[in-house]
Amino acid sequence: MAEQLMLEKWSAEVATVTIGATKKEGDSRAKVIQVGAQASLPLLFAEGAIPHKPVIAFEIWDTAPLDWPAALNQAYKNELKEPLVWAEKCAKEFKADLLCLKLQGAHPDFGDRSADQEAKLVSQLLKKVDLPLVINGCGDDSKDNQVLPAVCEAAKAERCLIGNAVQDNYKTLAAAVLADGHNIIAESPIDINIAKQLNILISDMGLPLERIVINPTIGALGYGLEYAYSIMERARLAALAGDKTLGCPFICFVGQESWRAKEAKTEIESGIAWEIITAAALIQSGADILVMRHPEAISKIKAYIDRLFGGK
Amino acid sequence: MLIIGELINGMYQNIGSALKEKNKVEIQKCAKEQVEAGADALDVNCGPGCKNPVSDMQWLVEVIQEVTDKPLALDSSKPQVIEAGLKALKNKAIINSVTADVEKLAVLVPLAKKYSAKLIGLTISAKGIPQNKDQRLELAATIVAACAEQEFNIEDLYLDPIVLPVNVAQAQIKDILESIREFKIISEPSPKTIVGLSNVSQGTSVRSLINRTFLVEAIACGLDAAILDPKDSDLMDAAITAELILNKQIYCDSYLQAYRKK
Repeated sequence: MAEQLMLEKWSAEVATVTIGATKKEGDSRAKVIQVGAQASLPLLFAEGAIPHKPVIAFEIWDTAPLDWPAALNQAYKNELKEPLVWAEKCAKEFKADLLCLKLQGAHPDFGDRSADQEAKLVSQLLKKVDLPLVINGCGDDSKDNQVLPAVCEAAKAERCLIGNAVQDNYKTLAAAVLADGHNIIAESPIDINIAKQLNILISDMGLPLERIVINPTIGALGYGLEYAYSIMERARLAALAGDKTLGCPFICFVGQESWRAKEAKTEIESGIAWEIITAAALIQSGADILVMRHPEAISKIKAYIDRLFGGK
Repeated sequence: MLIIGELINGMYQNIGSALKEKNKVEIQKCAKEQVEAGADALDVNCGPGCKNPVSDMQWLVEVIQEVTDKPLALDSSKPQVIEAGLKALKNKAIINSVTADVEKLAVLVPLAKKYSAKLIGLTISAKGIPQNKDQRLELAATIVAACAEQEFNIEDLYLDPIVLPVNVAQAQIKDILESIREFKIISEPSPKTIVGLSNVSQGTSVRSLINRTFLVEAIACGLDAAILDPKDSDLMDAAITAELILNKQIYCDSYLQAYRKK
């Protein structure tokens, strides 16, 4: 008798989030990115539809990173000082699908760039490259509350993905995202209960769950990767069983976490390997958007995704 | 769990007179309120005093599905009334109910199959109401066997242990709760379980408290569905919390609200 696989039947699916708006829709992106919509656990193609592959966002900064290890500095060289050139290199040379602009320079301790400066940078960036955009604040709550609304307005109707909203500071960003037609990143500290609560709080403000992406907070290989894995798995199981408040796609800041590992800083190859292994594991846990740094790691992971999806 | 709203029943005065006057606004209001309160399906019963149950059931089904696409549980002891409802129904159907009597099983199980309906099986027969757990299990097994024989999907069968009022049959309530657990091991895959909740508090003076306490105990025994008043928000909160404690929902501070968002 032929072996028969036991297949799970799921009653719900993950919400679809669309990033970017094309010219046809009155805006200026060359293409849009869709994530989510899975009707099964990661890569179990026989159990339900998985219409979208995970996507990789190249991480770029508004200011030259001071603490990046040599491997990253060598990959980008002088472009690190010129965000627009950096972005163009990712788009043209590395064929990026998506960019993630980190507004680190707005942080009071790292340049204290003003809301106007950041808004202007975002406008210029949108003109320079026609890729959909993820925009990430500096992490200082009060500064983010000044900068991110201005940035939302500068990118009005471009349907960016903007973060991070956290449990103690989500109202200003959610209101701006709602007003200017963007999507929001809801960040929780490796805590599924807070992830769920934050999604409810944000959706109570009128932003539908279809415009929320969960940042579950991850750890790199050796630094809590398995905690992130189990949180993501549990959220996805609940989503597939019908819990809409957890049925949002995941964004994982792979580059940021991987290159913090001391092993990643020792030699170039081990840093790239650290980023690759962390990303590969998170794809297994259901990551939809991977924000990554090293072009070589990104190219390897892209090929890995294509292989997993069998050229689909 | 599957919550079936019980309020569209001709024995209630507002529904009885709305049915007599063919006042569809009143029926539709009752349907919408129950869905908004968290009902996953609605029970539809013409009531004991109804003179034309066949045409009344059809009329009820038609007016209810104008305002909701939730499944409807067609509630009658007469197969011809249920079939009349099934013919008029576009939404998903639940047949409420079949008993452990051979002649009823021979009619209603094929009807459930024909209309892809779920089926509620009462562990009761022409011989009367069971008096203990063993009798309930025997009647349950009769229903499961008839469904299996006719290749009806057992996962679409909801077995009801017949809840009796606590002030009439206090000694049986524990047996009823244990039956819920044991019904699940009659077959693989397991049948589902359901209770008509309000019966437990019939004739008592603190109905809502008895209803929700019994419901929580039944959920702890693995109950899958209940026919109840979804507008009793304390009752709904207790059911949601019982499922939370059994790890069927993920906790968050607003878990009551989260459940109602689904």
